[in-house]
Amino acid sequence: MHAIEKILARAAGKNEVKSGEIVNCKIDFAEINDLYLQTVYSFYEMGGKKVWDKDKITFVFDHYSPAPTIKTAQNHKEMRQFAKEQELTHHFDINAGVCHQVMPEAGVIWPGMVLVATDSHTTTHGAFGAFGTGIGATEMATVLISGELWFRVPGIIKIEISGKLQSGVYAKDVILNILGKLKSDVAVYKAIEFSGSYVEELGIPGRMTICNMAVEMGAKTAYMKPNDKVLEYVRSRTGKEFIIDETDSDFKYQETYVFDISELSPQLAVPHSVDNVASIEEVKKVKIDQAFIGSCTGGRLEDLEAAAKILEGKQVNKETRLVVIPASTEVFQKAMKLGYVDILINAGATFTSPGCGPCLGTHAGLLASDEACITATNRNFPGRMGSSQAQIYLASPATVAASALAGEITDPREVTGGEK
Amino acid sequence: MNKILTGKAFVFGDNIDTDQIYPGRYLDLVKPDEVAKHCLEGADPTFVERVSLGDIVVAGTNFGCGSSREHAPITLLGAGVSLVLADSFARIFYRNSTNLALPLIVCQGISKKVSEGDELEVNVEEGIVINKTKGETIKAEKISEYIMNIIKSGGIKPLFKKITEGMQE
Repeated sequence: MHAIEKILARAAGKNEVKSGEIVNCKIDFAEINDLYLQTVYSFYEMGGKKVWDKDKITFVFDHYSPAPTIKTAQNHKEMRQFAKEQELTHHFDINAGVCHQVMPEAGVIWPGMVLVATDSHTTTHGAFGAFGTGIGATEMATVLISGELWFRVPGIIKIEISGKLQSGVYAKDVILNILGKLKSDVAVYKAIEFSGSYVEELGIPGRMTICNMAVEMGAKTAYMKPNDKVLEYVRSRTGKEFIIDETDSDFKYQETYVFDISELSPQLAVPHSVDNVASIEEVKKVKIDQAFIGSCTGGRLEDLEAAAKILEGKQVNKETRLVVIPASTEVFQKAMKLGYVDILINAGATFTSPGCGPCLGTHAGLLASDEACITATNRNFPGRMGSSQAQIYLASPATVAASALAGEITDPREVTGGEK
Repeated sequence: MNKILTGKAFVFGDNIDTDQIYPGRYLDLVKPDEVAKHCLEGADPTFVERVSLGDIVVAGTNFGCGSSREHAPITLLGAGVSLVLADSFARIFYRNSTNLALPLIVCQGISKKVSEGDELEVNVEEGIVINKTKGETIKAEKISEYIMNIIKSGGIKPLFKKITEGMQE
C-alpha cells in the first residue's frame, strides 16, 4: 500500500484498502472558512444539534477578514455565534490569517492525519504528510454531525523532482512548470505524491507551495513524505503523537512523471488558465498595474523575504501598485522583526491585514477592467481577482517583486544579478 | 428525480472553473434565489436570462475545476439547470453536486456532438443521451450505484436527516 492508502485504512479502521474502494473515514480535524455560513444552515437543516467533537473543529475567518461588507459581517456574526454555542475549542477570527497557514502554526496538522476543510487548497497539508482534502459546505455539515466522511480511495500519481534550483528560481516556479507540462486535469479523482531529491531536502514553505497547487491539477490530495524539517516543525507546534507511514516498495503508481529542475527559469502562468505556463524568457514584457504577494500559496515569511531582497533600498515603479498581505499574523510579526515590512513599505508597498485578500476577488485590492496583475497566488481564471476583463499572471514572489520594481514583467535574476 | 430529463442544451468549453460558474464577488450570498442570479456569469453573462427550467449544461473537460464553493451547484440548480453533461468533471464540484442531487454525467466528446440550443433527452440512470435535434443517440457513462443512491434520495440532506433522527433515538 501507499502511505496515503495506509492513512485512509487507519482512519477507516481497516487493515487494507484498494484504489477505487469507497471507505468511511474518521476525521481528525475539520476547518470551515468564512465563505460557508451554509455549513451552519445545513447542519441545522439536517437535524444537527451538537457537533461530534468540539476539539476537532474550527472556523478560520480568512476570505473576508476583516469584513468588507455588512453582509459578510453578518455571516461572521452568525458563525461566531455557532462557534460559541457549540463551545468550539479553537476559533481563528479576523486577526489570524489564511487557514492553511494558521492551522500548521496552531499545531492542528500532523503527519498521517485526515483533514477536511471547506477549501480546495487543503491539499497544502500534504507538505506535512497529512491527508488533506477540500469539501463543500453541506458535506462539512455532515462531518460536524458524524465526524466521518466517505472517500473513494484514489489512484496515485508520482511526480519525482530532482536537481537543484538556480538562484532566482523557487518552488513556485517548479509547480508552475509541472502544471504547464501535465495540465490542469492530469490528477482529477487522483492523489499526487511528490518525491525525489529536491523534495527530500525542501523546507516547509516550498513544500506547502507545491502541495497547495496540486489541486490545480485536479488532485484530491497531495503527499510528501515528512522530512526532518517537517518533524522538527510539527514537534515544535504540537505534542500530538503521530505515525509516519511508509509506502511499500512493491506499490504500483498509476503514472510516474520525472522532472529535473536544474535548468529551470522563472515560470509564469499567463491568462487565463493555470496550466498556460511559459518560461519568463518567452513572455512579453507586459506593463503591470498591480503586483500582489500573499495567500496560502505565496504569503509566507520566505516569500516576503524574497521580495524584500529584491526591493531593498529601491522604489516600486510609480505606475504599479504593490499589495502585500502576510499569510498569517505570525508571518506578519516575524516579517516586522526581520525588517522585511519596513523594506517593502519604503519601496512603496501597501500592506493589508493577514487573510486571502484579493486572491479570490472578494476585497482588498481588486482589479479594474483591462488591468494586468502579476501575483504570487494560485489561480488566474477570468474574473478571479476582480474584473473578468483583467489579465492575471501567476509567478513566484521574487518575479512579482522584480516586476513591481520595473513596472513590467521582469526576470528577478535581472534585478539581483543572479544572486538569491 | 425523473428518470428521463429533457431540456435545451447550453454548450461551454473546457476547464469551466468555479469562478466562471459563480464569481467570487458573490460568495457572501447564502439565499439560493440570490445565488441563482449569477449562474455562469463569468463564462456567459447572458446565460441567466436565457436559461429555462430543466435546461441542460453541456461542457468539455474538467468542468467545475477550482474552488470548493458549494455555490456552484446551488447556482446551477437555482437557475433551473436539470443536469450537466461533460467530458469530465473536477472532483470537489462532483461531490458537491451529488450532495445536492444535481446529476452530473460523464460523456466523452459530448461538447463536440451537441450544439447550443439542441433539444436533449437524457436517461439519467442508464446514461443515454438522445440529441432530438440532430437525431443522434449518445452513450454516456453510467452513474455509479453509490452516487445514484445519493441523487435518488434527493441529495445528502434528506439522507443525513434520517441518520440524525436515528442517532437521537
